[in-house]
Amino acid sequence: MDCQLDIFFLEAVLNGILLAGLLALLALGLNLVFGVIDVVWICYAELVMVGMYGIHYSHKAGAPFLLAAFIGILLIAAAGALLHYLVIRPVLDSAPINQLLVTGGVLFFLQAAATMAFGVEFRNIGIRLGSANVLDMSFAWSRILTFAVALAGMLALWLFLTRTYMGTAIRAISQDRQIMPLMGVDQRKVYLVTSAIGGGLAGLAAALMVLQYDIYPQIGLQFGPLIFMICVLGGLGNMIGGFVAAFVISQFIAIGGSCFATEWGYAIAFLFFMVMIFVRPQGLFAAKS
Amino acid sequence: MLQLTNIDAGYGGFQALFDVSMKVDAGEAVAVLGANGAGKTTLLRVISGLLPASGGAMTMDGVSLRAIAPHRIVEAGIAHVPESRRLFPRLSVESNLKMGAFIPEARKRFGERLDYVYGLFPSLKERRRQLAGTMSGGEQQMCAIARALMSGPKLVLLDEPSMGLAPVVVAQVFELVRRIRAEGYTVLIVEQNVAQVLKIADRAYLLEVGRIKASGSAAELLASDEVRKAYMGI
Repeated sequence: MDCQLDIFFLEAVLNGILLAGLLALLALGLNLVFGVIDVVWICYAELVMVGMYGIHYSHKAGAPFLLAAFIGILLIAAAGALLHYLVIRPVLDSAPINQLLVTGGVLFFLQAAATMAFGVEFRNIGIRLGSANVLDMSFAWSRILTFAVALAGMLALWLFLTRTYMGTAIRAISQDRQIMPLMGVDQRKVYLVTSAIGGGLAGLAAALMVLQYDIYPQIGLQFGPLIFMICVLGGLGNMIGGFVAAFVISQFIAIGGSCFATEWGYAIAFLFFMVMIFVRPQGLFAAKS
Repeated sequence: MLQLTNIDAGYGGFQALFDVSMKVDAGEAVAVLGANGAGKTTLLRVISGLLPASGGAMTMDGVSLRAIAPHRIVEAGIAHVPESRRLFPRLSVESNLKMGAFIPEARKRFGERLDYVYGLFPSLKERRRQLAGTMSGGEQQMCAIARALMSGPKLVLLDEPSMGLAPVVVAQVFELVRRIRAEGYTVLIVEQNVAQVLKIADRAYLLEVGRIKASGSAAELLASDEVRKAYMGI
């Protein structure tokens, strides 16, 4: 394997961009929840995993893919709200380490529960979209579709956050929590809505990922650390920072994978992350002072 | 309109208000005077629900404020302009105003209310896309008052609107307060700037270490030795 600036290099770069769309969507949900509630959902990728199973089995039970995807999004939105209500709300005023530990507990609980319920086999939804061939390059339609839908989802969230009252409250709450009641805003409701949206984004990501990846109980471990790294790199809670960081990290993975091996791509990406923690611990883009 | 009867309140084990009784009638401007730490800010925080009272009764137009959730007090017609303005610094002026109109009643009339406050404060309209945190102190105070008016309140609580502003801006802020009075809003204002605030208030209460020490018309308090000695350095 060698590294040349040829058409395969370009293919890797473009595939990296397609991957970035998915990673940016995944990071967005985690960032949104952290930015508003100030709690990191370490179990975020496991919500995605549950969503993938939900979509897989809905499809298997006879639902057309779009309906199954819709069911998955609703399911994980409800799971997000439930996670907030049952697990996060009781520890809202606890030390951050306790909040991490409790969502970490949810991570392993969901993994274990999924293993018991669905087994350790790799499952595939069995939808093949084929690929687009341009010059000597090949791009899976599932990746292109993922990229387009992820961008559309992010645009929809942006419109919601800027155009609606609830969205404006979601942006406002992290800037001044204490005075929200003076605006007539029920903080608990904003947290619940934010958690449902964060879950819904995980559900959307799950719907896109079943088209590309096999489903197994530990798939969260493949994506969880990556998502978390992207969020930290962009500045936790900084949604635009997370978006840019997703593109940076996926290029490391794509180019590293193309020149050496996929594992090397991940290794280089995490090495870059560690160096950045030394030189810019506040993230690539300092969000809050 | 607003009636407080024997209100007690505090933070944890520390009691900040003792047996406070006061009232504000429709159309009045009432000032609360007192030194730092007298409990003035606490009093406004209790009225708007940010801090629960520990004893006593509090009603707005006959409705008990202690019985409703803090975020519902705006719906009772009370808007609070908090100490040091507390705008959302990274939201635009217009988004800040939108937050002021969050309650369902105000949402329905958002366009109308927005035209109204822009008519009242034209310079806010020019800056409507600017981030609120990048404006000067005086403009921010204007925006904070406008945000409070967006909810369509009957009673406006103003907490130290002149604090931290340059003297020339202080005069402008008192002019703003005079203007919203002229618009027919009932005003309850907390100020350390006693000489200025007594010029725009009808009545005043003097708060000392959490208790009402004196009350009367603005003219009476202005003439009292107690106020002159303690707060005006005469």
